[in-house]
Amino acid sequence: MDFLGFIIILVKVLVVFAATMLTVLILIYAERRVSAFMQGRLGPNRVGPKGILQPIADGIKFLMKEEFIPAGVDKPIFILAPAILLIPALMTFAVIPFGSSITILGREIALQVADVNVGILYILALTSIGVYGIVLAGWSSNSKYSLLGGLRSSAQLISYELAMGLAVVSIILLSGSLKLNDIIADQQGYFLSWNVFKQPLAFVIFLVAVYAETNRLPFDLSEAEQELVGGYHTEYSSMKFAMFFMAEYANMITAAALTVTLFFGGWDFPLINETMLGNWGTALSVLAFILKMGFFLFLFIWVRWTFPRFRYDQLMKLGWKVMLPTALFNIFVTAGYLTIKSVV
Amino acid sequence: MAIITKSYEPTFWDRLYFPALIKGLMVTLRYFFKRKVTIQYPDEKYVPPDGYRGLHRLNKYPDGRIRCVACEMCSAACPADCIYIVPGPAPWEGGKERYPVKFDIDLLKCIFCGFCEMACPEEAIELTEIYDFSAYSREDLLIDREGLLEVYELTKNQNYYSRTDKSKKPAT
Repeated sequence: MDFLGFIIILVKVLVVFAATMLTVLILIYAERRVSAFMQGRLGPNRVGPKGILQPIADGIKFLMKEEFIPAGVDKPIFILAPAILLIPALMTFAVIPFGSSITILGREIALQVADVNVGILYILALTSIGVYGIVLAGWSSNSKYSLLGGLRSSAQLISYELAMGLAVVSIILLSGSLKLNDIIADQQGYFLSWNVFKQPLAFVIFLVAVYAETNRLPFDLSEAEQELVGGYHTEYSSMKFAMFFMAEYANMITAAALTVTLFFGGWDFPLINETMLGNWGTALSVLAFILKMGFFLFLFIWVRWTFPRFRYDQLMKLGWKVMLPTALFNIFVTAGYLTIKSVV
Repeated sequence: MAIITKSYEPTFWDRLYFPALIKGLMVTLRYFFKRKVTIQYPDEKYVPPDGYRGLHRLNKYPDGRIRCVACEMCSAACPADCIYIVPGPAPWEGGKERYPVKFDIDLLKCIFCGFCEMACPEEAIELTEIYDFSAYSREDLLIDREGLLEVYELTKNQNYYSRTDKSKKPAT
């Protein structure tokens, strides 16, 4: 790799990281405002115009708080757990293409940090690591509530990861590649070539599983503040708690980006061929990506304030008895269709 | 005794859950765009309805004499025993002969039942619409005669919160 290429990668990493952190801030603000609006309240509107600086005030508050480590905790793991959760959450975004390629000074730059040829496997692997953060946080805290939260999280993981993986498999069958760019290229063209229309069942399963994956309501069993105090982060304070908080939002961002990439054509702007328009097309594609992602992030918050939490056994029942067979059925139908198509 | 049992078999449509989920999402979305109920208190103040029983006041005649004749009917009617009156001869010529030398109300004891205004034969004591009176000490919440007269000056012509003219409203 030449020196310029190295600089470009570095810039891309910084841009993606900054954009993710900025989106986290916006999300914290949006969550509070949207939830307030849905409850007929106004929400934070005092810090800055319309309360837009509220997340920064929150951040300062977290920094000023006392860092308290309770007695009896498994100290190394207790300190490590938030990082285990946050780092994979931020790392996942590396493989997601957030726009078509941009041409600067005759050099074509793909708007993606790393074009990994097993992109989907990379994402599935990293999101699974993230759950270890929750489980370890619950276990190392030496508190019954944390332990129950961590336990629930692991149970949730095994009942959902399978269905989610199988939903993705049907997409992979269609595109014939694990590379995210290929999956997007497969959905280019008309509106109806998006995977939501080709694979509606897989989309529904994936969407439900993603809510369980990110520990958001209605599947926030590991947090469950009404029953488990705070769940896995009961014993955490100050910046360590803020890291859990940030990880949750970072996970939401990646989940939304992944949903868009797999089912909504990624950066594809419907009915327009971006590659023909040069850099303006790239801007359009980034805009399309942001808008689509924004919708799914709004949906996360919207769903949170609409549906009550699932019970533990209901969640397992839904995961094992409904979603897994449906996902398998979907793969069966997709594979059968593809086989017949290749024969005929 | 007949036991009424209602059984409900969910249809296939119900078991899909998604129609119900979308219905639920629409409810929250409707609230998202609805007018918000929040009153941003120090900036905008809640205007209580007519007949609200808030802070007391002592009424005056237009010429400035205190209406109260210190008959102590109000303190007798008060279920919380929060009105303390010391009667004395009125300083002004003509009209009523008695007037209150001291008229203290312990606002911490008061339950704002409005019995005092009902008991008053002179329509001298009245409850106003003022609700946000607070203080840093117990002593500050012991309102005296001058304080009650001051409240009268504040509220005699207009509503304390909405600043609307009171004289236009029919007297009750």
